[in-house]
Amino acid sequence: MLDLTIKKKPRPIWFNISPANLPVPGLVSILHRISGLLLVMGLIWFLYLLDMSLTSELGFRHVAEYLAHPISKLAMLGFAWAFLHHFCAGIRYLLLDVHRGIELPAARMSSFIVLVISLALTVIIGMKLW
Amino acid sequence: MVNRIVVGAHYGLKDWLIQRMSAVVMAVYALLLTAFLLGSGPITYLFWKGLFAQGWMRFATLLFVLSVLVHAWVGARDVLMDYIKPTGLRLTMQVLTILWLVGCGGWALQILWRI
Repeated sequence: MLDLTIKKKPRPIWFNISPANLPVPGLVSILHRISGLLLVMGLIWFLYLLDMSLTSELGFRHVAEYLAHPISKLAMLGFAWAFLHHFCAGIRYLLLDVHRGIELPAARMSSFIVLVISLALTVIIGMKLW
Repeated sequence: MVNRIVVGAHYGLKDWLIQRMSAVVMAVYALLLTAFLLGSGPITYLFWKGLFAQGWMRFATLLFVLSVLVHAWVGARDVLMDYIKPTGLRLTMQVLTILWLVGCGGWALQILWRI
């Protein structure tokens, strides 16, 4: 098979990436990736719901009933967290890009805030759903 | 600081910028729509359909959908480049990601312009 990889000189690799060892900014970073992938996979579901809800009065009511099911609520809650975390962490990255809060204590604090705010908003949405 | 001269090759600066610009578009859209829906009272079918039938809503939603597509592509590509080392597998997954996103985008446009 054709090998397309470019041969690089060996680089030091840090293998210990267990979540327990991760500082909070690292945790927020990996959750940013996971939540992003979740949202991409959820696209088809969101489109299915949007499509049906805009088809007819009957479709709209069908979506309302479908979303009232506990499993749908659980899925919505999961996607709500993914969206909120991705949103908040994204805002943090945009601020870091313009050099806001790049010192270590500020960066740790902001990543902690991202984690807490997105979880708190998810809990509020969960309380509204149930 | 990585010490290299950024000339000649594709270093991903364009992708980095697209990622940020699309993020801002999506954030503004999400905030405005959320504020609008929270302030609008109970959402009925007629209200919902009427909302998406408006020209400005279609305009904004089109920008949102396009932003989702390019943002998801850059993000997914970054993740695949970092974790999927075998070239063939990574290429396959990148192609599948593109097909997935283009398919979703087409469906979204069809939903928007059917109303």
